Amino acid sequence: MTARGIALLAVLAAVLLALPAFVGGYALSLATLILLSAYTGQAWNVMMGFAGQLSLGHALYVGVGAYAAAALFFHYGIGPWAGVWLAIALCALLGAAIGFLAFRFGISGVYFALLTIAFAEFTRIGFDHLDWTGGPGGLFIKVAQRDRVDLLNLRGTPAMFYYVVLALVAGAFALCAWLLNSRAGYYWQAIREDEDAARALGIDTFRWKMVAVVLSAAMTAVAGVFFAFYYNNLFPEQIFNIGRSIEIILGPVIGGVGTLFGPILGAAVLNLLADGITELIAALGWEIPGIKQVFYGLVLLVVVMFVPHGIWPALARKLKVSR
Amino acid sequence: MSLDLVANVVIAGLLTGLVYGLMALGLSVIFGVVRVVNFAHGEMLTIAMYATVVLFAAWRLDPFWALVPVTVAFFAAGYLLQAGLINPFITRPEHSQFMLLVAVAIIMVNALLMIFGPDARNVQVDYQLDSFALGKILVDKARLYAALAAIAGSAVLFAFFRYTRTGTAIRACADNHLGALVVGLNVRHLYAFTFGLGSACVAVAGVMMVLLVEVNPSLGPAYTLLAFVIVIVGGLGSMGGALLGGVLIGMSEALAGLLVTPSAKSMFSFGLLILVLLFRPQGLLGRRP
Repeated sequence: MTARGIALLAVLAAVLLALPAFVGGYALSLATLILLSAYTGQAWNVMMGFAGQLSLGHALYVGVGAYAAAALFFHYGIGPWAGVWLAIALCALLGAAIGFLAFRFGISGVYFALLTIAFAEFTRIGFDHLDWTGGPGGLFIKVAQRDRVDLLNLRGTPAMFYYVVLALVAGAFALCAWLLNSRAGYYWQAIREDEDAARALGIDTFRWKMVAVVLSAAMTAVAGVFFAFYYNNLFPEQIFNIGRSIEIILGPVIGGVGTLFGPILGAAVLNLLADGITELIAALGWEIPGIKQVFYGLVLLVVVMFVPHGIWPALARKLKVSR
Repeated sequence: MSLDLVANVVIAGLLTGLVYGLMALGLSVIFGVVRVVNFAHGEMLTIAMYATVVLFAAWRLDPFWALVPVTVAFFAAGYLLQAGLINPFITRPEHSQFMLLVAVAIIMVNALLMIFGPDARNVQVDYQLDSFALGKILVDKARLYAALAAIAGSAVLFAFFRYTRTGTAIRACADNHLGALVVGLNVRHLYAFTFGLGSACVAVAGVMMVLLVEVNPSLGPAYTLLAFVIVIVGGLGSMGGALLGGVLIGMSEALAGLLVTPSAKSMFSFGLLILVLLFRPQGLLGRRP
């Protein structure tokens, strides 16, 4: 990163830190949503962007993480700071199981992607039939008073949630920046570009792919815990939905797969776009169910056709922030 | 639970499975040749279903007559979709192709929602209430006709690939892309033709599916997943495998509905998929990639 890049990053950090003091409730909730999808995008990017393993079922880890922490809180009153470790452990285990089964049996590419969908769908239907977590009727966490900050139980004001997710995004950014320049990062990029060549060079491709899957799953689990305590309700149909897996992927793909800043930029662009479309349609008075998503789909289509490598690589050249 | 009941359910599952199989055949043919996974497959199926509903509502056109215009229109639309939109993407990475087709799928589902609203639609023809009796086993007339149409559609496709020059050329493209270019085949045209054929399979399956279930826009993603499950179980790129997978999934869904609970039926399919991927990743009839 150039000096100019570091300066711009510092400005962005300052703006994000000061944001809650200047904007209203709606803008703050939108910013929280953007950061949450930026974080899940960063987690997915570790697996696909760095190591080249396409997961189309990341909603699985969001859902399992969310349910693990929420169920502990709901049934035993155990707070999210303990619950998050269960969530991480469960998702890491799940990621390890899927990765082990797939990579041991030589499943890759499209087949691997479809396997991840299958596990997510399988789990969704499983949770629909699991009474302990409320089945299809959902699991609800008691909504606490929103004016007092109780960080220990993750109950509090919207600003508190904003800062928690901002910390997650910053942490993930630092982790990814470190990973990309570490031994693991170089191994992953070698695997992504040409797995056979990487193996010929003596890289234990199985092991490093496993590391990517487990790490990505564990990171996504934390997003699930945040999701559970931010929204206070969980339904299998929503949280495990393939639509959520697609949403997780859209950000990094639009922003730039494999880049550090792409998932964050992509999340901002997509959410602001969706919000803009909603307002535009409301202003025009064209409120027909579905019209919003049609516009959204059309814009996605145009972006994916004309900006194939994502917005960030092109923007980074313009801003002269990377070497 | 009597044996007759089980036999009835299994036969109904088998017949429905043949229609599923034809739908999956379209996906398999497209993947086998173009190497693109059509993530908008189920959405295309629901469009065919709505087309049938509209033709029936407007002119009382029997679904079997609707087969002709809907299939022709789907072939043309599929050709144009591949030629205009997907051909530039065949050399791009998988996640890029995925995004493109997801965008197409989002537009399709929500365009249907805009036009028809969320309520379920259906067609009502007199043979939907009839059935044939074979001893104690009852076979729904509509289901049997739909399955026969699916078999006929598959047979035409098999014959096309086996006996026509275009079919042979398409197989050459699938076997060796570079070789096909070298001998002067118009690969882009053949890819578009293949996507058209795949879409035509979807059209026949969709028109027949209207006889069996009501249609609403949200069915699209569910059928896309179903088609994936079927082709992976049967073997992605294998034509016989798609039909076999369809029949297996149709029967497993029917049995799961009978033995466990109808809401868990797709869990069985996904479980079967995971088992097949782990122990025979190329699918039941697929070749090792």
